[in-house]
Amino acid sequence: MMTAFFASEFFANWRRNGSAIAGSVILVIFAVIVVFGPWLVWQDPYDVAGLDLMDSYKPPAWLPGGDPRFPLGTDGQGRDVLAAIIYGTRISVLIGVSAMICSLVIGTFVGLVAGYFRGRLDGLIMRIADIQLSFPSMLIALFLMSAFGTGIDKVLIALTAVGWVVYARTVRGQTLSESGREYVQAARVAGLRNAKIIRRHILPNVTTPLIVVATVQVGTFILIEASLSFLGVGVPITQPSLGLLIKNGFDVLFSGLWWVSVFPGLFIMALVFGINLFGDFLRDELNPRLK
Amino acid sequence: MLGYTIKRLIQMVVVLWAVSVIVFLMMSFTGDPVFMVVPIDATDAEIAQARRILGLDRSLPEQYFIFVQNMLQGDFGRSYVFREPALDLILERLPATLEIVLVAMAMSAIVAIPLGVYAGANPGRFSSRTIMSGSLLGISLPSFWVGMMLIFLFAVKWRIFPSSGRGDTVEILGTRWSIFTADGWTHVILPSLTLSLATMAIILRITRAGMMEVMRQDYMKFARAKGVSRRNVLYRHGLRNALIPVVTIFGLQLGDLIAFATITETIFAWPGLGKLLIDSIYRADRPVIVVYLMLVALIFVVINFLVDIVYTLIDPRITVK
Amino acid sequence: MKDMTETLLRVDDLRTHFHTFAGTVKAVDGVSFSLAKGEIMGLVGESGGGKSVVGFSILGLIDSPGRIESGQILFDGEDLAKASEDRMHKIRGKEIAMIFQDPMTSLNPLHPIGRQMDEMLRLHTDLDARGRRARCIRMLEDVGISQAEDRLDSYPHQFSGGMRQRVVIAIAMLAEPRLIVADEPTTALDVTIQAQILKLIRRQVREHGASMILVTHDLAVVAEMADHITVLYCGKVVERGPTRQVIDDPRHPYTAGLIASIPDPSDRKHRLDQIPGAVPDIRKLPRGCNFRDRCPRAQALCAEREPDLETQEPGRSAACHFPVEGGGT
Repeated sequence: MMTAFFASEFFANWRRNGSAIAGSVILVIFAVIVVFGPWLVWQDPYDVAGLDLMDSYKPPAWLPGGDPRFPLGTDGQGRDVLAAIIYGTRISVLIGVSAMICSLVIGTFVGLVAGYFRGRLDGLIMRIADIQLSFPSMLIALFLMSAFGTGIDKVLIALTAVGWVVYARTVRGQTLSESGREYVQAARVAGLRNAKIIRRHILPNVTTPLIVVATVQVGTFILIEASLSFLGVGVPITQPSLGLLIKNGFDVLFSGLWWVSVFPGLFIMALVFGINLFGDFLRDELNPRLK
Repeated sequence: MLGYTIKRLIQMVVVLWAVSVIVFLMMSFTGDPVFMVVPIDATDAEIAQARRILGLDRSLPEQYFIFVQNMLQGDFGRSYVFREPALDLILERLPATLEIVLVAMAMSAIVAIPLGVYAGANPGRFSSRTIMSGSLLGISLPSFWVGMMLIFLFAVKWRIFPSSGRGDTVEILGTRWSIFTADGWTHVILPSLTLSLATMAIILRITRAGMMEVMRQDYMKFARAKGVSRRNVLYRHGLRNALIPVVTIFGLQLGDLIAFATITETIFAWPGLGKLLIDSIYRADRPVIVVYLMLVALIFVVINFLVDIVYTLIDPRITVK
Repeated sequence: MKDMTETLLRVDDLRTHFHTFAGTVKAVDGVSFSLAKGEIMGLVGESGGGKSVVGFSILGLIDSPGRIESGQILFDGEDLAKASEDRMHKIRGKEIAMIFQDPMTSLNPLHPIGRQMDEMLRLHTDLDARGRRARCIRMLEDVGISQAEDRLDSYPHQFSGGMRQRVVIAIAMLAEPRLIVADEPTTALDVTIQAQILKLIRRQVREHGASMILVTHDLAVVAEMADHITVLYCGKVVERGPTRQVIDDPRHPYTAGLIASIPDPSDRKHRLDQIPGAVPDIRKLPRGCNFRDRCPRAQALCAEREPDLETQEPGRSAACHFPVEGGGT
């Protein structure tokens, strides 16, 4: 299995592609941060007992007044910025990935049903999708959140409500063309149950284009969540994502305390950039039509 | 053409109707606006009376009927906070938002289209790859963070541009504009730049993809075989053919820009629609949110219509049906 | 007789290679020929034989990853292989014009045809707007488009395929070029109008006293149109000579095979012969003669040594160790 992968064209192209490698490296680093995060830092940023107000607003370690205990400085409560970022990254990635999975599952299901059974239901679903797609995702998510109030679960619902459409559309299109094929017709004539036909014959044929969409969507979701949290309608203050960390640093930016907001922003940028670099590579590999 | 326009108008009305239903339902299920209008120490009787005045004691279909009826008469309700007609509030703030959105759009087009043409015409070059990596970075940036960094560098550190507000404005046709004064411009630049980055990156990528597709076409080679210089082949024969997907994206991006103006305006304390919306969301000022949504929906359907008209201007093969 | 006339174009040992990931494609590999003023030469071969690349090389329109590696393209004494891009802008269209294969794609779909014609005149003549317009109308009438004046504002999609090719021909002839490169000008057209278009091309070329290189896979077309034939196989010239002689008495087995595969309307019973096999992968050509695997006359020597292009009789040459002798069909 492993050797087959290393011998594949996919791997050969990956090795030749500098940005694909860069993207992968960034993603691996973030995977380590997400999985081992709590063991990478000495301070639990949300254990108030461990914070000391005497440490507040210390600049990064390499600047005058910096403290080697806080490599990227501290915020107003004496919290290590790096530790907060590592915890925040986990929340951002958790939200991005979970929302993508929810959208993927729901969207694929809806797309399969619409494309396979067609008829009125299909028409209705696609009309909803059309209207929704003509509005920016950010705006829809903003309104849902303003109605729901803050919370990780609510952000997940809002992002899923925004994200299912792309999958539904792609899968429906693919399903329409697949179910017209002879082998599906033959399976129908042979009396196979619809669920079985969909699972066995259609699903495997519609998944490839979804991989690219799903990859890039994680990046989009992380950015939308950050924006929502920045506006104060995202995650609660007790579970700050990277976006909320930036918001917390906004007020003190004018006093020149830049590190509180600059570093979380750099982390979001690196994370989403890594995802997009890798997504670009996947698009080229899995969708030869666009080559 | 007339038949087409009528058909499109009907479609637009249907979309707006669908949006009104969705907006109404969303608003009905979220929070109780009655507490926005009564004093904190109001008695139950006072609350019930306020509810009756607001029409909240009726059934949902009745409420919706009244909602639509009022809207058709141009009555979108009064802001709970400002005690003014919501529509007036929105219209008063609209020019400020249009200003930064349009400037951002122009900035994106001016930068992105030539770079996209270049990168699409010379895909192998190092410079093209650098442009593409840069554009990927552009869509990976959180725009509010970019805005903050611009404020920090240009306003706090170097003091070149102001960090907030609209600056001097002049009144033209009853609305106030910043882009017609020098001081206004210094205020417009940073918010517009913040807003434009993502759009710039996307337009660049679409232009490049379109250009790469066009470069493969025979008519490009035929034009060169006529002795047309490479530059003119690219801009006179290539760009226009590559422009069709770009126009679509322009339309969609205009929507995105209006959406993201909420964030940009919050950062730069820009007194536009977006800031009004965010403030209204914080204060559950329902009528203002409703008018905002309906207005944005109207803008979107109009843009979609215009995009389709622009297609027919660019491509003689496309006729409106 | 040919030697007495003036030479317009001399291509000498031209090599145009494409450097791809999968290896170098020697699309044109040491091609030489010459073309007299007023002559029509047929450049023949199967698809993938490098014939179109010869045409594009002459106009300097080889794009990366392709490159002219070596050789000379002497047009009226000037080596186009070394000419600057600025110089080529003046030559393309004005001195050498090209007719493309597919009229459905060679016109810009977004510009009216009048504008596409006008562009040619604006680039290469000093005529004013009115003069250019008059010239365009006359040219359109010449190629058989009625109501020419009204049609200037029409877009390509409003014309049929045959009509579009007439427009392409009109554009090519507009600046009175001295050489026309026609790349499979009728392949994409309906069979019923192929003959009309060919006749039109020949009439135009003759009337303007121009020379033409007619690139085609169709020997029947060449037999009708050309004064001389040059046959290409795997990027190399395998035979050349005056049309009649080559058709009646081919020397190279490949030419003989091509001729045998032309349907002969007078001989309905006879089954068409086809050359067995296919053009080999041009990236991994065998040692020796490129044609030997498909050749009925191949012997041990053919696998050893690649045959040179040798003069068979005055004005005729072939690259074969064992050429077909006299009356081969």
